Amino acid sequence: MNQSFSIPAGDFSHAGQAASEIKRLLKQLNIPPKVIKRVVVALYEAEVNVVAHSFGGSISCTITPEHIDIVVSDCGPGISDIELAMSEGYSTASSEVREMGFGAGMGLPNIKNNSDSLDISSSEQGTSIHMRVNFKEHTP
Amino acid sequence: MNSKSFHHALTVREDLCRGCTRCMRNCPTEAIRLSHGKAHVNPDRCVDCGQCMDACPYGAIVVEQDDFEKIFSYNQRIAILPSVFIGQFADDIPENYIYTALRDIGFTDIYEAEFGVDILKTIGNRFSTYADDKPVISTYCPAIVRLIQIKYPSLVKHLNLLRPPVEITAMYIRNKLIDRQIPPEDIGIFYVTPCAAKIASIKSPENPDHHEIFTGVINMDYLYNLVQKSIAKNKKLLAKTARFTPIPPLTPEACMWSLTAGESSTVPGRTLAIDEIHNVIEFLERLENDEITNIDFLELRSCAEGCAGGVLAPGNRFLAKERLTHRSQHMREITPEQQTMIRRQASYLVKHIKKERIEAKSAYQLDDDIGAALKKMDRYLEIKKALPGIDCGLCGAPSCHALAEDIAKGHATVSQCVVLRLRSITQRDDIHKVWGDTLDR
Ligand SMILES: Nc1ncnc2c1ncn2[C@@H]1O[C@H](COP(=O)(O)OP(=O)(O)OP(=O)(O)O)[C@@H](O)[C@H]1O
Ligand code: SF4
Ligand SMILES: [Mg+2]
Repeated sequence: MNQSFSIPAGDFSHAGQAASEIKRLLKQLNIPPKVIKRVVVALYEAEVNVVAHSFGGSISCTITPEHIDIVVSDCGPGISDIELAMSEGYSTASSEVREMGFGAGMGLPNIKNNSDSLDISSSEQGTSIHMRVNFKEHTP
Repeated sequence: MNSKSFHHALTVREDLCRGCTRCMRNCPTEAIRLSHGKAHVNPDRCVDCGQCMDACPYGAIVVEQDDFEKIFSYNQRIAILPSVFIGQFADDIPENYIYTALRDIGFTDIYEAEFGVDILKTIGNRFSTYADDKPVISTYCPAIVRLIQIKYPSLVKHLNLLRPPVEITAMYIRNKLIDRQIPPEDIGIFYVTPCAAKIASIKSPENPDHHEIFTGVINMDYLYNLVQKSIAKNKKLLAKTARFTPIPPLTPEACMWSLTAGESSTVPGRTLAIDEIHNVIEFLERLENDEITNIDFLELRSCAEGCAGGVLAPGNRFLAKERLTHRSQHMREITPEQQTMIRRQASYLVKHIKKERIEAKSAYQLDDDIGAALKKMDRYLEIKKALPGIDCGLCGAPSCHALAEDIAKGHATVSQCVVLRLRSITQRDDIHKVWGDTLDR
């Protein structure tokens, strides 16, 4: 099962739409609520990052009986130091974005915590974030 | 699926239903479909909120009703009135006329449901909440509890397990009478309900202890008519003799409790009150996405203006609210004598103050098996793309999305889409005049 969405840059009021739509689909699939929450949180953060930090992009989701794969890609300007960007509290958000309540530098760390695998590649042409969330709840 | 575990108080009278689609389109949980020209309610999705009843112009949606004469099988016949009941009466009818009329009708004693608020305050000093997660969500409105069970399973752990005031009131009365050596079989406690949701919840096999707490329910609109009739008949006499007041009087806080923000304003911390079920749904979607932070307590009510807007309230919700506000201004704090009386029951009540854990009962999955559900989802998405997306309701489903879902589940067929059929017939040009190319997708 595949679904894709486009994300326009700068449109904060609509960030989260893809996450809500995916949430509804996952409910239709009877995925455990805890897992749905992980997906929604991770996807929402990725969506907001595209809105806040990029020139716009798109989301593509693939669902199998075992997991959901989400690829969020945008068309630049890219993340120059991914390791630094991944650290908690690091943010280059503009003061405008901060005023809207974003820019705590917690987005990428949150994505990491809520996904079972995360792969980020980035160049000036764009960033691509591939995350996977497994449906079987892990037994810690 | 889950239909056996929940009772529903709303039913469709097929003799009156004209299949007009209004109920179906107003239903906030997409529980209604039309077939053979009549509305049918999916019991797994119905939350008994009563929106359908409000929407129906033909009176075809009705609330079940216990036989009123049942009260006379009991020696002690206690009416538990919601305070919004008093709010139904205009100022020219003094409160004690209402209580006297209720006695004339056959009740031996009258309490207000919200007395439970004063009981809780007396035995606990403040309102406790019992939930695993914040924000704690009020369980006062049973339509909302049910909504969360079927549609927001991840939020079930936010539900407050403290018993609502009316149950506390009923338990208090029963226990007090038993203390006075009244045989349990003589005690009849009847809750006068402003809505279908409360009837459904009291009769639900999911809440077995409700049968021990309440003997029966009486629909508020029915009792309102009885009282009005009795007052009209005895007006002269009432002017001389009416003096009965309910024991005990409420505090202002308790009187306002069932109206919007009545409960949330008594809870410490940051609170929010939201009324009307569509508003609640919009909010729960956000809460579920973890978008809401820093709120400690949520009061959610299915009806606009809270219980003043209950489907069984005969009067105008805003007038009822104004009257209760006015009434509360003349109320006092609880007296030390009342407190002593309440404290006598405290140990019993404290033991029963929490209710059973509330379980999720998801009602939106395409299939219980994920493999099968995925297959259905592919079909659902494909069909949804093909449907016109105008949500006309003529197929018997509330929206194109709902029809696509029904088709994917094998409960409906594509040929039910009237628009798709019109597209292929000769009147195409006429349709274009109205809809342009909207329907050509
Ligand atoms: N899609 C992207 N394109 C370009 N830069 C990005 C992108 N996503 C993240 N970044 C960079 O990585 C930094 C950290 O991202 P992260 O999501 O962790 O925090 P934030 O978005 O700044 O704040 P928060 O997510 O807490 O609101 C961002 O400030 C930005 O510099
Ligand atoms: S708000 Fe009150 S009257 Fe309306 S459904 Fe809920 S409990 Fe019943
Ligand atoms: Mg971010």
